[in-house]
This record gives sequence, C-alpha cells and structure tokens, in this order.
Amino acid sequence: MTELELRLKSVQYRKTILRIIHRAQAGHTGGSLSCTDILNVLYNHVMDVSPENFDDPNRDRYIQSKGHSVEALYTVLADRGFYPVEALDTLNQYQSHFIGHPTRKVNGIEQNTGALGHGLSVAVGLALAAKQDGRPYRVFTLLGDGELTEGSSWEASMTAAHYRLDNLVVIVDRNGLQITGPTEQVVALESLEDKFLAFGYAVRSCDGNDIAALVRMFEQVPFEPGKPNLILAQTVKGKGVSFIENQIKWHHRVPTDDELARALAELEQAERELKVMA
Amino acid sequence: MELGKPNLEAFADTLIALGQQDRDLLVVTSDSRGSGKLAPFAQTLPDQIVEVGIAEQNLVGISAGLAAAGKKVFAVSPACFLTARSLEQIKNDVAYSDQPVRLVGISAGVSYGALGSTHHSLHDFAALRAIHNLAIVAPADNFETQAAITAAYHAGRPVYLRFGKKPMPHLHAEGTPFEIGRAIPLATGSDVTLIATGETVAPALQASQILGMQGVSAGVLSMHTIKPLDTAALLDVAQRSKAVITVEEHSVYGGLGEACAAVLIQHGIRTAFKIVAIPDEYTVTGSQAEIFAHYGITPEGLASTARHCSNSS
Repeated sequence: MTELELRLKSVQYRKTILRIIHRAQAGHTGGSLSCTDILNVLYNHVMDVSPENFDDPNRDRYIQSKGHSVEALYTVLADRGFYPVEALDTLNQYQSHFIGHPTRKVNGIEQNTGALGHGLSVAVGLALAAKQDGRPYRVFTLLGDGELTEGSSWEASMTAAHYRLDNLVVIVDRNGLQITGPTEQVVALESLEDKFLAFGYAVRSCDGNDIAALVRMFEQVPFEPGKPNLILAQTVKGKGVSFIENQIKWHHRVPTDDELARALAELEQAERELKVMA
Repeated sequence: MELGKPNLEAFADTLIALGQQDRDLLVVTSDSRGSGKLAPFAQTLPDQIVEVGIAEQNLVGISAGLAAAGKKVFAVSPACFLTARSLEQIKNDVAYSDQPVRLVGISAGVSYGALGSTHHSLHDFAALRAIHNLAIVAPADNFETQAAITAAYHAGRPVYLRFGKKPMPHLHAEGTPFEIGRAIPLATGSDVTLIATGETVAPALQASQILGMQGVSAGVLSMHTIKPLDTAALLDVAQRSKAVITVEEHSVYGGLGEACAAVLIQHGIRTAFKIVAIPDEYTVTGSQAEIFAHYGITPEGLASTARHCSNSS
C-alpha cells in the first residue's frame, strides 16, 4: 500500500471512529484518534496478521495495552476483514461483543485488556515464547503515556531487557494528555527517553501521526540486536479534527450531532484533497 | 497414618515428571524457585524455567502471554503474594482472557507461621471464588497434590492450586480416582461429617477416629476443590449425617465454610453446621501447628467441636 493510500485510510478510519462513538453515545474519542495512524501502519503495512492466518502460530501479535482506545482497533480490524464494518453498529449494545475495551470474543483480538499496565507483561510472555521456540513472529504492543505510572509496566520492561527480546516492539502513544490533564502536570513522566534507555530498550522517537515516519521507523526494527524496541510515537490527542485536537475534555467526550457533522466535514475535505493528490 | 513428604515436594517432583514429557511445559517463578523446591526442576529442565524476579504482577502477565503462545505454564509464587499483589492480573490476564495458566500458591494459609500476616494467605479462596473461569484446588496430601497438578496440566483452563510446606500424612491409596470438582470421601458417618480441605483434612480424619472411639459416627470428606464445589457430595453427606463441620486453613469469611452454607441453605437443608477456620482477628503468632492448635484445628479440637455440634443437633 502506498503512503497516500495509507493516509487516505487514516482519514476514513477517523470518520468511522467518530460515527461509531456517536452512535454508541460512548467511547474514547481523543485516544482513538491519536493512535489511528499507528494502528493503520501496523495492520496495513507492518504486521503479518490477517483473518486468514489468525490461527497460525507464526502470525505477528498485537496487544493493545491502552485498551480504552478500542474504537480505533475495532475500526482497523473491520477494514482488514476480521468482521463486517456493520458489526460496529452494535458497539456497547446489550449482548454485543463490541464493548468499551478489547476482548477475545471479537475476532482478531489477542488478549482482553482495559485495566492499564497489563499489556506489556503479556506481550513479553508472547515474545519470550517466540524466542524459546525459534518462531519468527514479532509482538507489538501499544501503551498510553498516562498508563506509564503503573509500576507493572516497568516490571515488564526489566524482564524484556533481561531476556533480550528484540522481537518485542513497544509503542508509546505519547499524546501528552490523560483524563485529568497534561501528563507532566498529573505526575511527570519525562524524560521518558532516558527512563526507557535506562531500562534497556533501544529507543526511537518519531511523529506518530506521520504515516511516512511510522513506516520508516517500523522498517528499522529491530533497532539493535538483543534489545527490546521502544518507539516514542509523538502524537496529538484527537488528531484530525481541529476542535478535538489537544483538548482534555475529548478524552471520552461523545460528539453531538452538530459536532459529528462538523468533524466529518473536516475529514471529508481532507479525504478529497488526498484523492486529488492520488 | 504414614507421613509422606511436603506437598510442595510432591508438586515439584510431579512437575519434573510432566516436564520431561512435554517441552512446552514451563515453570515461571518470581525469585521463588528455592521456596518452591524447584531447584531440581531447574537443574533437570533448565530451558523450561523462566525467572521474572520479585515481580508478581509481571509473573502472572508474562505467564498469560506464554500461555497465549501455547505454553503450558505453571506460575509459582507464595500464595500470599500471588493472590493479592497479582489479583488483577489473575482476574483479567488469565481468567477473563481465558489463558490456561496454572497458578500455584505455595506455602499457603499460615504455612509461613511466625513470619506473620504479610506472608499468610487467608483471603485467597474468598478473593478468587468471585472470579469467573478459575478453578480453585487445595490438595490435602501427596497423592492429591500429584493428582491435582496432573489434572491442572491437562485441564487447558485457568486453575489455582495452593498447598503448604510441611510433610503431610498419606490419606489415600494410590489409584484413588481424582477429578477436579469431585470430593473424595475418607470416612462415612451418621452423626457428623467433617468437610475439610487442604492441610486440615489430616486432623479432620484423625478427629473422626477419636470420635469413633467415643461412639460418635463421624464421616470425613476431602473437599480438595473449593470451586467448582462438589455440591452433590455435600448434599449427600448433609442428608446422611446429623451435623456438618467445615474445616479450612482460611478466613472464616468467603471460603469453604460459607460456600457450603450457601449451598445447604439454598437447598432447604437445615442441619447443625459449624465453620472451623481462622477467625476475623489479628491472627495469633506462632508456627502453623501452633496457629492451628490455637484455633482448634487439631484432632482433639475438631473432635470436641464435632461432639458439641452433633449433640446440639
């Protein structure tokens, strides 16, 4: 898929995310929009995983530690053919499998997440099993920046370095905001690069909303043999819609009818511009 | 009763035997291979033990990931830490995600004795019973331990097992049928039945012998599985004897006793009933044996409780 095609997909994904959150009247709008490009590049360019090979023990694995941004994951998995996109109309409805955090009841999802600070340990276990068995698969996990105050993330990091898991790729969705406010005001995280380096990762940073930058970054994995990979993806919470970007209140705000219409208009304008370029 | 080895050693020996047959069997430890008597396992099968350091949350999360990749994982840590520090990982990463991790709580109950309540697990049945998709097993002797570990290995679903570290008497003949969720009768009695679990089964059986000599007909049921509870066996003994005593190395709250009481009441069985367990107080200090004695979990203590209970029925 070309960079332009991927960029177009991101815009379309954002439209779907907003539509399903609006329909369900619940969802994590800001975080889903900030990680959309990361998921797009992972599922459409980087990872060897599809509905056809989902039972293959050698498939690449994805664990979404920031489970609350599930609307982005549901949207991308639908587009990849794990289920029809219409299934997302049931989001949060009685007896639907499409609930507010990922579960294995949904085709394509590897692990139930939602409580923060859990995904990295599970990803370490999957990566360690691959090393033990000489399997070629890689394990990708997406962490929110706000969840890095969970101590379990750092327990898992120590283990990842100890076992030299260079088949593990940890992506931090560094949008800088959490539900209470800016991460640096809640409990300061910086310098994250120094912290992750000290914990034994090979650390890289890129614009996490720049498709080309993400593609280049993932193509360099493993960054250093014998070290787990960590990507500080510098993102914008609410990316793609002017009045949602960088607004704390959009952590889990649901767009009104009018806000949805305005957001979709912005995204459709972006879509038209990309189609002209194509 | 002939004294066997600690259930901890029966567990470790069983793991070596199973691990030698299956390279996918992994033991994951949190600096607990010594406490878990797993040094021989590590020497025999060095590629099948994973050390995560003193990090119990990580222990369970990593174990879930390994299980997701097809490994047959035994996550081993002192019961006190495993079921409190890692409770959310057990709930979400293992049980809710249906990853078939065998969680092994070693030195359970008050096995650590005078080390104090930080090291006691008198809460684990209560905490874990409320989590869906997790079997809870407390084997009584070497045979039950070996059988439970083997059953958990084959189960392909989440199981929590807990036991202590003192030598335990042999209670069962080799070849006794064992199934998770099915209690084993050790004696039948028409006056009173002692339903015990884990390391309290031995004193319960001895109590039944004392009672027999005193003319009280006492049955004993080894309820090794706390969940799913063998309600059929429970209802059967409750209908065949005049009183029921439950015995467990756990808080009086939320364990075997309350589980049995709920079943009996909801089946309309109003029998004389007594829960023998650790009361809701700062646990007395001392060794496991001294703590048991303090709270009446001895052959004589249980016989006395059973006599009173059956007399009042």
